Amino acid sequence: MIEEVLVDAMSDTDASAAASKRGPPILEVIGLHKRFNQLEVLRGIDLAVTPGEMVFLIGPSGSGKSTLLRCCNRLEEPTAGTIIVDGVDLTARGVNLNKARRTIGMVFQAFNLYPHKTALGNITLALRKVAGLTKAAANEKAMAALSDVGLSDKADSYPAALSGGQQQRVAIARALALEPKVMLFDEPTSALDPELVGDVLDVMRKVRQAGMTMLVVSHEMRFAAEAADRVIFMDGGVIVEEGPPETIFGAPREPRTRAFLSRVSH
Amino acid sequence: MEDETTPPMMTPLERFIDTFFNEAVIERYLPAILKGFVVTLELAILVVITGTLLGLILACVRSYRMLPVNLIIITFADIFRALPPLVLILLAYFGLPNVGVSLSAFVVIWLVLALTLAAFAEEIFWAGILSIDKGQWQAARSTGLSYTSALIYVVLPQAVRLTVPPLTNRAIAITMSTALGMVIGLADILGAATTAQSFSGNASPLMMAAIAYVIMFLPLVIAARWLETRFRWKRA
Repeated sequence: MIEEVLVDAMSDTDASAAASKRGPPILEVIGLHKRFNQLEVLRGIDLAVTPGEMVFLIGPSGSGKSTLLRCCNRLEEPTAGTIIVDGVDLTARGVNLNKARRTIGMVFQAFNLYPHKTALGNITLALRKVAGLTKAAANEKAMAALSDVGLSDKADSYPAALSGGQQQRVAIARALALEPKVMLFDEPTSALDPELVGDVLDVMRKVRQAGMTMLVVSHEMRFAAEAADRVIFMDGGVIVEEGPPETIFGAPREPRTRAFLSRVSH
Repeated sequence: MEDETTPPMMTPLERFIDTFFNEAVIERYLPAILKGFVVTLELAILVVITGTLLGLILACVRSYRMLPVNLIIITFADIFRALPPLVLILLAYFGLPNVGVSLSAFVVIWLVLALTLAAFAEEIFWAGILSIDKGQWQAARSTGLSYTSALIYVVLPQAVRLTVPPLTNRAIAITMSTALGMVIGLADILGAATTAQSFSGNASPLMMAAIAYVIMFLPLVIAARWLETRFRWKRA
């Protein structure tokens, strides 16, 4: 299936870019199933993301895209299947999940900043307690991350004093500071007022340009069309269709994809 | 309180002052009441520190959701919240010596009240831990923090803030129960005062006790109010 996609991609204008990113996947999902009691949310997902690739997961609510994303760092426990990130099988017995999670950054819809810590404190916590940096080194790294998202002047602000867009940028900086191999974005702009979305998307664009591998669940179709290397349409717990954005948005093969896109484009 | 030494020509006001603010009695028993004050203060501090700490530890242990351990914690918390502390005090003080465990009145009051406070504190801390948004755990764990680190650095600091108002009120209420020590002969404020009252046949020592309790607890009540405002912060 992956090969198919890449062949599709190469037949397109983005062919050279996609081809240059070919190589061993940094994130691989094999035969993933997730069941909540009787409800089967994921019904056999296979997905491989190559380093530097930006992949968008789109689909109607309840299609399982967020669950798939959360399985990628095992915030959600898969019922069956394998997840390999940077060569580490996250589903293996006795895997050091905390260590593996350092290589997987995650950004949440609700930002989930720690309200009792400043922007800087939000970023330094894991740098100190997980990466084991000294206070000075952690502060330096956190300041660099804040500067990357354009919020150097907000280092000492508490989340309550920041706008939603600023909070989300701090959250991105918090994940980036750990220098992950993969970044997972779970509807990063869905909780934002429309005028604040742009700033967050700008930061995501920057992260992508820096070569980060990104898996994004989002309803920002225009952003996906412009920035994604690949778009995956999910429905009913399976991948219905995937391909470069031009194909998915321009000439979707599957009726379900067409139906979904016609609903969200209004 | 009939007092045969009272001269018959006293006005009602004089009689009131003689009964509740008798200078001679106050002077005579002030040292005993002061000693009692120290005993009550020591007990109060011990009970609050050990009871709160134990409650916090139990709530943290409970958050690991190990079924057998949690059953024990929940049973402990429910029983100690359902029992009047006085019953436990009498059981411990008069019952335990029969099985070879003789505890002083001070230790009995300390243990019973600390355990009672721990039972309530555990429930309060547990409610606080549960009230923290799942997203906080997820964010912390997604950066590689262990469960314990997420609990200590992310969840507890927020949960503890939420528990300050109910916890201080509960702690004050339970600490006041040190006055129950009177029934097992503890020379705390009330114990010293009732002893003095029966020796002097005058209510002034009880009034001194009342004033002593106000002196001790009013600052605590005010501090609790201050803590409530201090530990509140705007939610994002």
